[in-house]
Amino acid sequence: MIDNIAIKVEGVNKSFKLPHEKVNSIKSAVINFYKRKRSFEKQEVLKDISFEIKKGEFFGIVGRNGSGKSTLLKLLAGIYTPDSGQIHVNGKLTPFIELGVGFSPELSGRDNVFLNGALLGFSRKEMEKMYDEIVEFAELERFMDQKLKNYSSGMQVRLAFSIAIRANTGILILDEVLAVGDASFQQKCYDYFNELRKQRKTVVLVSHDMSAVSRFCDRALYLANGREEYIGPTREVADMYLEANYNTPINGGQNEVAVKPRATIKKVDFVKTKLDIGEKLRARISFENPTALPIHFGLQLFGRDGSYCFGSNTHINGLQPTSKKKGTLEFVATVKLVPGVYFVTVATMDEFATKDLDYRTNVGQIVVNKTTEVGGIAYLDHSWKLL
Amino acid sequence: MIRYLSKENKTLISELVRTDFKLRYQGSVLGYAWSLLRPLLLFVILYIVFVKFLKVGANIPHYPVYLLLGIVIWNFFLEMTTQSLGSIVGRGDLIRKIRIPLWIIIFSSSLSAVINLLLNMVVIIIFMILNRVDLLATTIWLPMILLEVYVFALSLSLFLSAMFVKFRDVGYIWEVVLQAGFYLTPILYPLALIPSATLQKIILLNPMAQAIQDARWSTITHDTLISHTVFQGGWHMYIPFAIVLTLLAGGLLYFRKESKYFAENI
Repeated sequence: MIDNIAIKVEGVNKSFKLPHEKVNSIKSAVINFYKRKRSFEKQEVLKDISFEIKKGEFFGIVGRNGSGKSTLLKLLAGIYTPDSGQIHVNGKLTPFIELGVGFSPELSGRDNVFLNGALLGFSRKEMEKMYDEIVEFAELERFMDQKLKNYSSGMQVRLAFSIAIRANTGILILDEVLAVGDASFQQKCYDYFNELRKQRKTVVLVSHDMSAVSRFCDRALYLANGREEYIGPTREVADMYLEANYNTPINGGQNEVAVKPRATIKKVDFVKTKLDIGEKLRARISFENPTALPIHFGLQLFGRDGSYCFGSNTHINGLQPTSKKKGTLEFVATVKLVPGVYFVTVATMDEFATKDLDYRTNVGQIVVNKTTEVGGIAYLDHSWKLL
Repeated sequence: MIRYLSKENKTLISELVRTDFKLRYQGSVLGYAWSLLRPLLLFVILYIVFVKFLKVGANIPHYPVYLLLGIVIWNFFLEMTTQSLGSIVGRGDLIRKIRIPLWIIIFSSSLSAVINLLLNMVVIIIFMILNRVDLLATTIWLPMILLEVYVFALSLSLFLSAMFVKFRDVGYIWEVVLQAGFYLTPILYPLALIPSATLQKIILLNPMAQAIQDARWSTITHDTLISHTVFQGGWHMYIPFAIVLTLLAGGLLYFRKESKYFAENI
């Protein structure tokens, strides 16, 4: 294997047998044997996966629930065995798929630190040296002699994380760790990831949270239904991922519908969804307002990481609320946003524009064409001049 | 061998054994003492019923110690196999989330049974002194005999733990087998009590029967009926050892084959 490759995956397939009725008693095994009926179906979880992760790379794996990303991670970690294909791992790998694996609720925090350390490959002596730092980092000095079952979930996660970051192997595998903890804990996670990036560690991060992947990973693999949808720079993967996942019709399941809306949005049409910077965005909002009470309209734009980019409503713009029972409203704006995908949310509001009546998220998406490399959210008209 | 006993593996084994010990008697007042009290209490019951009431083993010298040694060895076998049986499934949480050498789980659960056995051996020594048992030169064989029991129990543990992942019936079946084994092994009765020589031979084909009899013969009294006497030195007396070695090889192969899929089958 070439030296600068950390993990090489070649044509890996993995399927699980899903029994219709789980055969874990000998009686049912015998019955099934006589019936000559194989009462399971084969579910192919991963199909022909091949990719390489270079040393020092921060590699992301994204995909929706059930896309096979956790299975892939477990294959990389050597927990599962592939049906066919090969996985080469060059170097030592920390097999932590989850925080706090092996934690025993009946043991004290102290005992759990040593047990968890042993799972990471640290001897008792090594752990004793690190013990104080771990406890301090977890901010749990007063609780170490209490049983773990008396810890809050936040305390458990903090302890687990403090031990996990001691792992000093060449390749680290992380699954959804970002999903836990409060804001300050997440910040600690981010700091740790940044530290890993600086140290040029090889890290595989699996998440369905595109913003975390975008933030840290150099490259990413997008899995959909067990197949490789795309491998490439994170930005491209992020666009594809969000495009695929927010492509829901207006009355689709993801839209929030307010209870008994007085005024409903029936349809939102875009004249054009792919725009250049500075082009006009035109959205036509069809509405029904059966009670004929005065209403306002609002529109918001969100970035791919959920960042709020723009929002306005008819009240802010000094328009009178409308009492029409049915109609269409056109929204026009000059788009001065950096290239990327943006999601549109529209709402009907009461006559003072203080309360949403029908709030529809992700009614459409617009793409600002990639004509420039500028970063951020807002596109400012700008120039450079050497003085 | 060096690969198997790497620093990481040793640490892991010692931490798992430590955890096992700490968790086993969690919340009980007497704690570790129970690992001694359990076989002792069983001994007291059997002693009262069989020795005092039924007058079993009246013609065997030091019968109480003889009985206790049998119980301790059987108890070790029982403890080790039942603990290992559920150990893979019991650690399912770990196995599904982290890659550790799976034999370590079986090995560490066997070690805690070994520690218990050693503690119980101390009790036996105390009993031997109280009972004024003469120290026999053949006692040096005892460690070898206990090793045989250990290997036998380990081989079965490998089979049982791997099978238990797929078929939970194994737990109940093994319970019945142990129950039957307890009576089919000359633990609470002397083997000589069985009139038929053929039956004696059949019973002694069981490695546990052979080992317990040999252990008694070598440590307590040469009056014990052992394979060597029953088979009159014939090759049949080696059958129990052959059984143990075959089971060990089979157990290792089976466990290795099955362990690849533990994580997804648990």
